[in-house]
Amino acid sequence: MTLDDILASLFPDGHEVRNDNGVIAGAATLRSGGRILVIGVADRTALGVDEAIRLSAHVLESIDRGSGPILVLVDSDSQRMSKRDELLGLNEFLAHLAKVLIHADMHGRPTIGLLYGHSAAGALLATGLATRVLVGLPGASPAVMDLPSMAKVTKLSMTALEEKAKSTPVFAPGLSNLEQMGAVHMTWSDATSLADQLEALLADMPAARDRRDALGKERGGRPKAADIAERVRDLALQTR
Amino acid sequence: MTAPLPHIAPAERARSTSFNEASARTRLDLLLDAGSLVEFIGPEQREVSPHLEIFGLPEQFDDGIVVGHGRLGGAPVFVAAQEGRFMGGAFGEVHGAKLLGLLRAAREIGSIPVLILLDTGGVRLQEANAGELAIAEIMRAVMEARSAGVKVIGLIGGRSGCYGGGGLIAGCCSALAVSEAGRIAVSGPEVIETNRGVEEFDSRDRALVWRTMGGKHRRLLGAADVFADDTVQDFREAALELIGLIGPFGLDRLRAEQGRLADRLRRFGACQDAVDIWTVEGVAHAETVPELPADQFIALASRIGRTSRDAR
Repeated sequence: MTLDDILASLFPDGHEVRNDNGVIAGAATLRSGGRILVIGVADRTALGVDEAIRLSAHVLESIDRGSGPILVLVDSDSQRMSKRDELLGLNEFLAHLAKVLIHADMHGRPTIGLLYGHSAAGALLATGLATRVLVGLPGASPAVMDLPSMAKVTKLSMTALEEKAKSTPVFAPGLSNLEQMGAVHMTWSDATSLADQLEALLADMPAARDRRDALGKERGGRPKAADIAERVRDLALQTR
Repeated sequence: MTAPLPHIAPAERARSTSFNEASARTRLDLLLDAGSLVEFIGPEQREVSPHLEIFGLPEQFDDGIVVGHGRLGGAPVFVAAQEGRFMGGAFGEVHGAKLLGLLRAAREIGSIPVLILLDTGGVRLQEANAGELAIAEIMRAVMEARSAGVKVIGLIGGRSGCYGGGGLIAGCCSALAVSEAGRIAVSGPEVIETNRGVEEFDSRDRALVWRTMGGKHRRLLGAADVFADDTVQDFREAALELIGLIGPFGLDRLRAEQGRLADRLRRFGACQDAVDIWTVEGVAHAETVPELPADQFIALASRIGRTSRDAR
């Protein structure tokens, strides 16, 4: 689905969401009547310092003045790979965007990520993976690391990698692999109204507590993470 | 004759040990009060990565990270130290989960600071999805812990630097101490060169790497509050100093960070090189900064460098 199709299906009563050179910002009225802040990255745009600072500004302004949930639409490249971005401290700009989203979510502005295209690496960490619930749309193609790059570093052939990917979701790109990890909570249907699916999610939002490790265990994608985290937590609590 | 106080680290050894060259365990042993380190799920438990076997790669019994608790200046702290010599300190499923559990406990307790000795290339390629998600969970856990009053301090000076998602975790910490070797970035030099060409970034130009991503630049930019010389004792003193400085976290910090970063873009957005930024900052003979010995650099940074205090 294109961004316009997605926005039309999410907000049939209209919206004020603009795509300015790949930076999505605006707001819309939910069918239930409330308002929702919308930000994101479109057109497979790389997320650099200039884009990140605009997105965090939109969220902070909305924390000051607005209310309601926050939707983060994602069709991005990875972080912008450039000398200028790193020189200026891209890690701080991406972390800042994630921190603002996490803070909002913890303080009454529940966040939902909608991954409808590509995303990777630092861009995914600063957007979709910084939300409480990350939803995928069919056709989304997240890739923490693409297979050709992996082949280069691991010195394995693409065929060998593809063969290994059949037995484990742990390294290969793709929405279903991230869903098994617990990173993507659910995949929506593009054949029915996105507004219906959004309203259903908002009516039944999971608690703000991060359960992605438990989800990854339930779905068989991450056999050890949840148990290891829990064991360390227990041991550390005993030091009190 | 008085016996040395048991809670004092053997400062002599810590002063003569390079942080950069030490292993994760040696760093912690010498950073904390002598003999106070207690590890959680240590190597004797053999909790190895369940994924490296698929690639026929050797495992490590601690999956490349030490987590535990100890004392610093007599007070309790939680610690995590990545081993940059095992798979570049990269985040895998088990590695990340150990840090996650530590941060969750710290949040529940609320008063014990967390020191994270970051030494990482980012996501472990062979378990990329699990590693990426572990980093996302850790970022969330750091912010939840900070919101509950926990001071989370990053100490960066290892051989693998602090790259990829490690750079984002560093950006979430309450404060950072960094040595010259502590390169902090998202995309590493080779990644930029591979994707954008050698004209964009020549990864073999070591001087370029150091002045673009290294600890001196990060200190002058205000990304790190303390510059440490490359000894474990210096990092110990930096950690003690930062624990004393960090105030409570709240929305005002994020507003201040927005202002701090927007101001950085306005002032330096057109600069082509770190030397240009340092010159705009008022550093005389900015081109000599990379050669300055640590004590002279620290004096310069305290005079001119920015800090991110109360704005991160």
